[in-house]
Amino acid sequence: MKIIQISVFIENKPGRLSAVTDILAENDVNIRALSIADTSDFGILRLIVDKPELAYERLKEKGLTASMTNVLSVRMPDQPGGLANVLRVLNENEINVEYMYAFVSKATDDALVVFKVENIEDAEVKLKGTGINLLTKDEVYKL
Amino acid sequence: MENYWNQKYEVMEREELEALQLERLQKTVERCYHDVPHYRKKFQEAGIDPSDIQSLSDITKLPFTVKTDLRDNYPYGMFAVPMSDIVRIHSSSGTTGKPTVVGYNRHDLNVWSELMARSLVCAGAEKNDVIHNAYGYGLFTGGLGVHYGSEKLGASVIPISGGNSEKQVMIMQDYGSTVLCCTPSYALNLAEVMKEMNVAPTDLKLKVGIFGAEPWSDEMRNQIEKVLGIKALDIYGLSEIIGPGVGMECPYKKGLHIWEDHFLIEIVDPDTLEPMPEGEKGELVITSLTKEALPMIRYRTRDITTAHYEKCECGRTHVRIERVSGRSDDMLIIRGVNVFPSQIESALLNIGQVEPHYLIIVSREGNLDALEIQVEVNQELFTDDVKGLETLEKKIKHAIESTLGISVKVRLVEPKSLERSMGKAKRVLDLRKK
Ligand SMILES: [Zn+2]
Repeated sequence: MKIIQISVFIENKPGRLSAVTDILAENDVNIRALSIADTSDFGILRLIVDKPELAYERLKEKGLTASMTNVLSVRMPDQPGGLANVLRVLNENEINVEYMYAFVSKATDDALVVFKVENIEDAEVKLKGTGINLLTKDEVYKL
Repeated sequence: MENYWNQKYEVMEREELEALQLERLQKTVERCYHDVPHYRKKFQEAGIDPSDIQSLSDITKLPFTVKTDLRDNYPYGMFAVPMSDIVRIHSSSGTTGKPTVVGYNRHDLNVWSELMARSLVCAGAEKNDVIHNAYGYGLFTGGLGVHYGSEKLGASVIPISGGNSEKQVMIMQDYGSTVLCCTPSYALNLAEVMKEMNVAPTDLKLKVGIFGAEPWSDEMRNQIEKVLGIKALDIYGLSEIIGPGVGMECPYKKGLHIWEDHFLIEIVDPDTLEPMPEGEKGELVITSLTKEALPMIRYRTRDITTAHYEKCECGRTHVRIERVSGRSDDMLIIRGVNVFPSQIESALLNIGQVEPHYLIIVSREGNLDALEIQVEVNQELFTDDVKGLETLEKKIKHAIESTLGISVKVRLVEPKSLERSMGKAKRVLDLRKK
């Protein structure tokens, strides 16, 4: 249930974010989710897109520094306690979350959250049968 | 058992060597004063008479010679012998303005051949070797310098010169070349071509490479040794002094032996021109001790290095200089400390496998110089983790600060955001000069 996230190194200055989104638009790549982690000087732009390999290649061709990272995407009811429940299950299963970000989709009323966990293979096994609803690649890319 | 070309001089005790140097220095100064108007004028301006040179340390009384002195006396003004005695002329390319012209009489060519033969033996070559000489033949001193030294040694020299790499590989393979002489970057180029031609290092008889004429690094040495399966050694020389063979690294790789019976070296602060304490980095200054046609007094090479005087494991007593780490023209003075871009480069090289592009920005904050190093984050350095990147930033900062001894700011920037000029990256932006 791993999905691919694209991470891009960007400087913290005007125009850098749109430089990335322009390249994606030119190549007909759709952004499903996006988050930025930044410091005063630089940031890491994290993207879930419908064509990750293509996006990765095109960004690199344009001289940007990018990487592909495996993450988990969890679907949860969009209601109070929805996220708390998921986090509790992760915690009980000793799955360390490095970072997470939420996104919404028109296709579903559920809330969607991307998790970067420490040991993704291990996490996948542990989450089986816990009732946590992991999205497949196809589900995410076609949202 | 070490092999020497001229054991008597190469292992001469320092006391005896220095006595020889003094005697030769006095003779050189005397000849310069009498035979070269440029030197006489400079000596007189400095209030120096040849008889003032009573010890080796008296050399500091003499004026320096710089490249522009040669240009100002273009083409033959600094020759100390009549043109009828000159048997060879070489010149440097001269990227700016007129080239510099150097001349040799028969004695000088003999000395040069002797020193090149010495250098070849120092690298481990002997008369049974087949020397593949891919240095350029022509006005450049590299090709002919190695050529005459190889003949003097009695080895078989292949005067292939540069270019046509596929033919070079074929000849190395078919003719059984054992010693490769070329620039380090050309050695890597030959390795690439070998790969394309499916020629393995084991298909060749190469055992050692003698590389020079351009700056290189230990990383490059390791790479050459790996891909060619040889020992890669450094040679030093410059046409103004004599050409290749001024100094040669021995297989112990503890620096390049400068042939001190023919040259007297000093390491000076490029800014104040005062002598640097032994073991400290500074500009290499060379005085020729035996050259007749074009003697050189305190020639500022602009090359930055360090000198070590302890006897080498190879038995040679001649001083060793470290591989040239930069040019004094590139030196920056930050808060009174001499900083060379090459120092920052070598600190960065230790961070990753691939050398990242960088830009040094010097500015003034109040009365203090500030140094910022911008480093391009390439694929190799990038991690999808802010903490990881901040750790990288700290690691770079620490590496540079411990090399330079002054505090710097490090900023990670996107690839290709730093200006490239003529394919080469611009390394320094000094905002103080405005
Ligand atoms: Zn040695």
